[in-house]
Amino acid sequence: MSDTTLVQIKGLKDGLLVTLGDAAWSVLQEALLRRVEEQAAFFKGARLVLDVGNQILKAAELSALRDTLSEHGIVLWAVLSNSPTTENTAQILGLATRIHKARPAEIQAAKGIDHESALWIDRTLRSGVRVEYPGNIVVLGDVNPGAEVIAGGSVIVWGRLRGVVHAGAEGNQAAIVCALDLSPTQLRIAGEIAVSPARRGQPKPEVVQLKDGRLQAETWMPG
Amino acid sequence: MTGKVITITSGKGGVGKTTAVANLAVALAADGKKVVCIDGDIGLRNLDVVMGLENRIVYDIVDVVEGRCKTRQAMIRDKRLPELFLIPAAQTRDKNAVSPSDMVRLCDELRQDIDWILIDSPAGIERGFRNAIAPADKVLIVTNPEMSAVRDADRVVGLLEAEEKGSPSLVVNRLNPAMIKRGDMLSVDDVYDLLRIDVIGIVPEDENVIVASNRGAPLALEAKSRAGQAFRNIARRLEGHQVPFMELESQGLWERLARMGRK
Repeated sequence: MSDTTLVQIKGLKDGLLVTLGDAAWSVLQEALLRRVEEQAAFFKGARLVLDVGNQILKAAELSALRDTLSEHGIVLWAVLSNSPTTENTAQILGLATRIHKARPAEIQAAKGIDHESALWIDRTLRSGVRVEYPGNIVVLGDVNPGAEVIAGGSVIVWGRLRGVVHAGAEGNQAAIVCALDLSPTQLRIAGEIAVSPARRGQPKPEVVQLKDGRLQAETWMPG
Repeated sequence: MTGKVITITSGKGGVGKTTAVANLAVALAADGKKVVCIDGDIGLRNLDVVMGLENRIVYDIVDVVEGRCKTRQAMIRDKRLPELFLIPAAQTRDKNAVSPSDMVRLCDELRQDIDWILIDSPAGIERGFRNAIAPADKVLIVTNPEMSAVRDADRVVGLLEAEEKGSPSLVVNRLNPAMIKRGDMLSVDDVYDLLRIDVIGIVPEDENVIVASNRGAPLALEAKSRAGQAFRNIARRLEGHQVPFMELESQGLWERLARMGRK
């Protein structure tokens, strides 16, 4: 396959969209770098959005590519992917995973989400990490100050919630937020915003939901 | 023989990265090891001043990377310790003059006959930071017991985890036991509570650190200095020794009794 089918380049309003074809990651990466070297002047200073399709990428692979691109004066700012693993990787590296217009496939996926599906995150989210998911999110770990969790559905944190959390981000007023230790910098459900009151006593599991248009926290009782 | 590359970083500026690099380098070299420190802060170099070597700079790291000199020529020998060298940063260029792969190449060359390579990372999480962590075998994060510094440290820990650099170790610098006692400063436990990474050193606040860095003579060589002792302990821990943490709070008899009663 020629480079032009493996690497398609399109101009966007504020950068370049590079869509990678279907091949091994090493082949794609080489093809992309060849294009970059051939047209060095065109690419210099570009902001790049990379659509990697179904590739499953690890942090080391993505960060290596980002570093190589930056040596050519190219800023990689977003990675689009159909794979949640790759999206997750990109988010950890601080890359965007959406550009303003969602792709049709994504909107469909979002509509298809119900209460049975959730994004499972089994680590602590540190400052600077932003996780966005159209369904529910479960975090097995802490959400540190400076981290953001944005869910179309509910958010459950099996740990300490101290960052910013937004449940029901697309307007779902039935969404809830619960955490073993609920002291977020800011908590939003649908359009309502609250900050946590100063801590009194021992932390206990709490759940927040919208009741009569106000955010209310209660002790988290299973069942 | 292959040397180890240790990068010292922090996210926030002014927490004591450069001081830590200079003191750890001196402590390791005083222990008979061959040590090179690399100043990664191209455009805002400091390490040469803190080590008192500013007036000896002929070539710098950008000269090495761009092939204008041999690595050996850019290595400035310390005034006091013959096995300690500095590769200074260029002052008239910026971070983009060096790439992460340049740093990996340089460190791989140095590893051949150097025991410890210490890299002083610039503040921030941009190009300079990525240059500094690219060759690292281990990363030390310096923080102060202060909310803003701890937040930035947390961000850096996240980035390092994402880059699969392994879990970094923490140096809590400028601890003031009296302020902690009054409840005016975060304790090491508070800092650990948020970051949850291995603590490799706790350095008490010490005015002499500033005096020493103005004089260009890191105080890790001064037997009596508390901060110097703390840095020597970190160096020992890097070498794989078990060293207990110093007792920083001088406690009265009553407090000690009260503590024992609680246990």
